[in-house]
Amino acid sequence: MHWESWSAFWDMGGRGFYVWGSYGVSFALIALELYFLHRTRKAVIRRLLRWRAARFEDTGEDA
Amino acid sequence: MGAVFLAMLRREMALAWRGRTDVLLALSFFVVVVCLFPFGIGPEANQLRAIAPGVVWVTALLASLLALPRLFEHDLRDGTLEQLLLSPEPAVVWVLAKVAVHWLVTGVPVALFAPLLAGLYDLQPDVLPLLAGTLLLGTPTLTLIGAIGAALTLGVRSGAVLLALLVLPLAVPVLIFGAGAVEAALGGVSYAAHLALLGAGMLAAVALAPWACVAALRLAVQ
Amino acid sequence: MNATQERRQRWRQGVEERQRSPRSLWRFAAPQQFYPLAGRLAPWFAAAAAVLAVAGLYLGFFVAPTDAQQGEVYRVIFLHVPAAWMSMFLYLVMAFWGIVGWVLNTRLSFMMAHALAPTGAIWCFIALWTGALWGRPTWGTYWVWDARLTSQLLLMFLYLGYLALTRAIEDPRRADRAGALLAIVGSINVPIIYFSVKWWNTLHQGASVSLTRAPSMATVMLVTMLIMAFAAWFYSIAVALWRVRTIILERERHTDWVAAELDRLAAKEKG
Repeated sequence: MHWESWSAFWDMGGRGFYVWGSYGVSFALIALELYFLHRTRKAVIRRLLRWRAARFEDTGEDA
Repeated sequence: MGAVFLAMLRREMALAWRGRTDVLLALSFFVVVVCLFPFGIGPEANQLRAIAPGVVWVTALLASLLALPRLFEHDLRDGTLEQLLLSPEPAVVWVLAKVAVHWLVTGVPVALFAPLLAGLYDLQPDVLPLLAGTLLLGTPTLTLIGAIGAALTLGVRSGAVLLALLVLPLAVPVLIFGAGAVEAALGGVSYAAHLALLGAGMLAAVALAPWACVAALRLAVQ
Repeated sequence: MNATQERRQRWRQGVEERQRSPRSLWRFAAPQQFYPLAGRLAPWFAAAAAVLAVAGLYLGFFVAPTDAQQGEVYRVIFLHVPAAWMSMFLYLVMAFWGIVGWVLNTRLSFMMAHALAPTGAIWCFIALWTGALWGRPTWGTYWVWDARLTSQLLLMFLYLGYLALTRAIEDPRRADRAGALLAIVGSINVPIIYFSVKWWNTLHQGASVSLTRAPSMATVMLVTMLIMAFAAWFYSIAVALWRVRTIILERERHTDWVAAELDRLAAKEKG
């Protein structure tokens, strides 16, 4: 631990914008990736269930 | 094998002659875009002279992309492509012939016209032959890489734009050494290495690209 | 069928037999077997990535000393360098799975390549973004046309090309193989691009700054970078495994086991 105070930590020697801008955006992108991963999976499952239901109706037997 | 190559060569030249206005299209694009830059950058002579090799090379690259989608399109549409792929002759032979004619029709005119356009930028006259030379050496590689892209995007929607996106990053090394050779000559430095690398690139492309092309074409007709 | 084709067919049959054998690892080349395996493995990789990331960030922000030349802002490299490594590594892995898929005719290999692409592209963007934000305070501009950053930019275009091509082609079989071909051609080109860009960069006198002249590394900085690199790698594996599960469901939707799985998921949602 070599930061004198928390405010020094956030300040990063005057370059806080660049350090936290880097890490912030990167983690935001990672969070977005995970979120979209989850959302896509849900959407695909929903679509496939609908597709199966439609086929079930058409053929009258287990698709 | 040689007979197939020559037969395809003759066929392609006949087709190219019939569609010879396409050559004018590529050249017109070349001229228009080269003339566009000064309007954006300013007419100052020194600035234009400095950017001339790069501008001419980039525009030549873009012009060579224009006609590429049509390389295999006609043959796909009238079923010739399928027949050619089904034939027992090695496909790389006639693909190479097609690409060769395409280069003769699009790459060579651009290379020969380039010194004229570079003159608009007041590029030093003694490097003008070198400019044409680098383009003659580099455009075959561009056409070969472009042919892979054309085969990959054959029949795909927005194929032409996709082709540009695929081919341009792969063409950067050719651009670097081509324009770099001219810049080196302007700076009084040796450009032999640039030309050697362009030549090596062309030979590698001639050896490898047709195989990738054939693989992509087989995908397109299945 | 000539002799070569016969040999190839016999070899493929051998591969498929191995895939069907119950004790062989090859059975995981079948999507039906890989789907549950991926589901079991992914959380472990995610957890490992999280632990490594916490450790790496702690080391990076609280243990690693202030740099003599660059002050505190150098700490961006703990994200920039792993991101750059991952973007290049994942592209090669994509090409590898493309080759495997083409040679062995296994569609799961292609699905794996598709699953890796978005993650690789995101790492590529992170490398460019962090590179820019590191460059501004250190060398004065957000962007420099140095060899590494420029190659990274071109890699971004290669990723975008792969993503665009595989989404534009409707036939999945053609999309798989076209993407694989593009990834292979791209992989061959990456060293060529890097070499030529390096050459281009040193020729032009304006290139006085270089991100390759990194601060002389104290050991703790190197260790932190390695830990973050592993964190990024395990994260990528977890995300790819999760993504490929969704791809498998979509592509294998005609099979009975997917039908059963969909029923199970629907029941779970209702219950």
